[in-house]
Amino acid sequence: MDSFPLLSVITFLPLAGAVLVALLARGGDCKTGVKISLGIGFVASLATLGLSAYMLHLFDPANTAFQFVERAVWIPAFNIAYIKGIDGISVWFVMLTALLTPVGLLSIIGGVRTRAKEFVIALLVLETMLLGVFTSLDLILFYVFFEGVLIPMFIIVGAWGQTKTGYAAYKSVLYTLLGSLLMLVAIFVTALNAGTTDMTALIGNPNLPPHMALWLFLAFFVSFAIKTPIWPFHTWLPYVYEETPAAFVVMSGVMLKMGSYGFIRIGVQMLPHASTDFAPLVIWLSLIGIVYASLAALAQTEMKRVIAYSSVAHMGYITLGIFSFTDQGFDGAMFVALSHSLVAAALFLGVSVPFERLGITKTARYGGMANNMPRYAALFMVFTLASVGLPGTSGFIGEFLTTQGAYLANSWYGVIAATGMVLGAAYMLVLYRGLFFGPSDKPDVAAMKDVNVREMAMFAPLLVLVLWLGIHPADFRHIYAPTLDKVISDYQAHIQGDTND
Amino acid sequence: MIDIQSLTIVMPEITLAVVAFVCLIAAAACGPRVTRHIGVLAIGAFALAGGVLFCPERLKHLLDGALPVFAFGTQFVDDSFGRFGKALILTAASLSVLLSWSYFEKTGDEKPEYPVLIMFATLGMMLMVSASDFISLYVGIELQSLALYVLAAFKRDDIRSSEAGLKYFTLGALSSGLLLYGISLIYGYTGTTDFVSVSIALRQHMLTNPGIVIGMVFVCAALSFKVSGVPFHMWAPDVYEGAPTPVAAFFASAPKIAALILFARFLLTPMHAMAGQWHQIIVFVALASMLWGAFAGLAQTNFKRLLAYSSIANIGFILVALSVGGREGLQSMLVYLAIYALNTLGAFAVLLCLRRDGKPVNDIADFAGLGKTNPGLALAMTVLMFSLAGVPPLAGFFAKYFVLLAAVDAGMLPVVVIGVLSSVVGAFYYLKIVKLIYVDEPQGAFDPLPDWGVRSVLALSALAMIGITLAPSPLLDATMKAARGFIG
Repeated sequence: MDSFPLLSVITFLPLAGAVLVALLARGGDCKTGVKISLGIGFVASLATLGLSAYMLHLFDPANTAFQFVERAVWIPAFNIAYIKGIDGISVWFVMLTALLTPVGLLSIIGGVRTRAKEFVIALLVLETMLLGVFTSLDLILFYVFFEGVLIPMFIIVGAWGQTKTGYAAYKSVLYTLLGSLLMLVAIFVTALNAGTTDMTALIGNPNLPPHMALWLFLAFFVSFAIKTPIWPFHTWLPYVYEETPAAFVVMSGVMLKMGSYGFIRIGVQMLPHASTDFAPLVIWLSLIGIVYASLAALAQTEMKRVIAYSSVAHMGYITLGIFSFTDQGFDGAMFVALSHSLVAAALFLGVSVPFERLGITKTARYGGMANNMPRYAALFMVFTLASVGLPGTSGFIGEFLTTQGAYLANSWYGVIAATGMVLGAAYMLVLYRGLFFGPSDKPDVAAMKDVNVREMAMFAPLLVLVLWLGIHPADFRHIYAPTLDKVISDYQAHIQGDTND
Repeated sequence: MIDIQSLTIVMPEITLAVVAFVCLIAAAACGPRVTRHIGVLAIGAFALAGGVLFCPERLKHLLDGALPVFAFGTQFVDDSFGRFGKALILTAASLSVLLSWSYFEKTGDEKPEYPVLIMFATLGMMLMVSASDFISLYVGIELQSLALYVLAAFKRDDIRSSEAGLKYFTLGALSSGLLLYGISLIYGYTGTTDFVSVSIALRQHMLTNPGIVIGMVFVCAALSFKVSGVPFHMWAPDVYEGAPTPVAAFFASAPKIAALILFARFLLTPMHAMAGQWHQIIVFVALASMLWGAFAGLAQTNFKRLLAYSSIANIGFILVALSVGGREGLQSMLVYLAIYALNTLGAFAVLLCLRRDGKPVNDIADFAGLGKTNPGLALAMTVLMFSLAGVPPLAGFFAKYFVLLAAVDAGMLPVVVIGVLSSVVGAFYYLKIVKLIYVDEPQGAFDPLPDWGVRSVLALSALAMIGITLAPSPLLDATMKAARGFIG
């Protein structure tokens, strides 16, 4: 591989864009300032997307080792290095981040009415942090980006939240801070026991003392469980979804995947034995989460909260799939992760369409939108069905595979997970009926115009990908499948090697 | 009979003392109109003393500075540990003078004694850092404290400032009493005041004598007072609140550095054999400071009081590093001190930038809407607050990181977990300020920013919080060398 630091460029390009915006555009609510900031934001994020696509093109799926690896000295005194690299798993999260940022920027135009320049800056910083998480191969570097996400997150949720009390911002940030600081302690213990924080070394050779590995797993678990979020650590998420503009929630689709990614990279790959020991706990929490969040979604009267709980339920499938430790479960978890990022983003953008026009979040205040907004109704239908898991959409494959994997691990797991699919259909269709069908008896709702070109442009890439993933998943699967096979065969080798001893 | 060797060793202190005396005479002769000139001279003197401190000629004379060298018998020691501490103190003192650049002009308390007092306090701190005998320790502390008492009451017509000075003096005198009593006990049982001899005497006999333990406890209590560790912290919020803001900034930085380095010398040289006894005291003070600093800070509405509690919580972390001892502990302590001092000075600089109708603002609520009225200042403040909260990628995170890493290495996992949890609590009040800045509506415009003095300190501080992350090696190398110079 040539020595061009592709991953570093991809990671820090949005940050450079943010600095440019800060320096060039005028702040406040100046019109040209907003235009310049959005312009720079689009150039930076589309360039990042382009480079990421180029990286995907160069990526060799058959090679299960880390690719595009960069190493540099960072803090030699403490043996901490700047290591970057991606494999078949992280390459998709990089792609998702790069793809969703321009979509988020597009939704700023209608969704963020004050201080759009600052929002663009925060969103670009957030993109850099997310890309950093998925491309870092040193635990400390990983941690720096993982927690660095909190800075733009706090500012966005606080400054552009609906209620202005800052409750959602405090709750989400302090909650995740608590989790990540526990993870930091776990990183210390790992570093001191293994003598390195280089993840490539830790993955190949997870020789931590068993009693210690359990505690380490617990600390990492809490952190990732809050981020994912797994029931009962999910309570911050509905507040954030409810409060913040769609532009941020679109990104949070990938943000939640930091937790799933952490479970695979650190849980399964670095602490295989402890992961096995804790698997029943994680699986039961995931199952409770799937059923609980689905029921909670049914009970919500505000459309944004329905989407929030549906996210919690889908994240349950991801952890369920991972910790079932079956080929199907892993494959399905990866697929749900891909699909959910797109579908959750699309659904949230979807409910933001009428919200941005009328400023109402109560589902009951809408109705009959299929009459005056047919294009919007059709789009939302596709994403609703994708969320439900209809065959032909991206949702089906992931949910089917994780349920199958869970069934193979224990038939009860499969049965309960399948209940969640039924409930998922229920709450999404109830939401759809409430929004789109029924009489057009509310004058403000009936007067709304259909989706415009900008909104179509936001939905278009998501629509194409959701259908592509659903109809021809092999195009995506072949990139991550070899790596995933390697991960699970390594895992089984570790577990069996241990029992044979 | 004065030997050249000793004079070479104390040359930086002599330089500073000479300039300070000249300035004092000039101040007495010329009055308020030379305040600015004396301020410039003070910064020049700090730079000159720093230059002399690291002058290659001087170091060559002192065995290349590799080993500790003693002056005037064993009164005064020069090693790389002390030199690093002095460099930090001189930097913090220079920045504090810059912070006061136009402050007293605006309040009408412009007096040329101000920079002179800072210089004498700094001289006292340099003596503290290099003390290797209980006598020079006491002289250094008193020289520093007397100058600081006056500085706290510097706005003498202001009732709060006078109150701060009086409070600081009363409690300071009490702690000096404790210190002297402890020293006399240690002297009584070991027959010497020299650090190294005390250490040898303790190692040879009397290890379990209760008298010497009581002496050690008294000295620890007095030094905890100086660093404002809980439960000897009560003076700090009142003094910070009452003292003029540039003075409070100075209090939060340089004297803390000096007292902590002195604390490290006291615990690791004369009391080295009693590590089993003092370790639990320091751990207790550290835990109490971290928790109290975090929880009590939640209730504050005055920004200076908040920073006082913030510094108490930070001192807790530094004491964790001190209780670890060893090279790793000391190194992480020095890293933390450097980052903390710069970070806190920056936070005070932000406060000094804000004036409304000519009056300085002090309430946290006054930060509301800063993001709208002054985006640049708001950004700097956000960086500083997230850094104090210990959120990466800012430098404050690495400060905490190295301390906690050293503590985990020393097997102090419960302390680390409590420290981590308390920093989540503390993060709330830093986040509260960020929230005020970006979420709440402004309460009217601020006056134009003050001159370049305050702004340059602010810019330096905010940039350092990012710069240290990008290039941590210079700081880590310097602290490593300093810690090696002391522990070997």
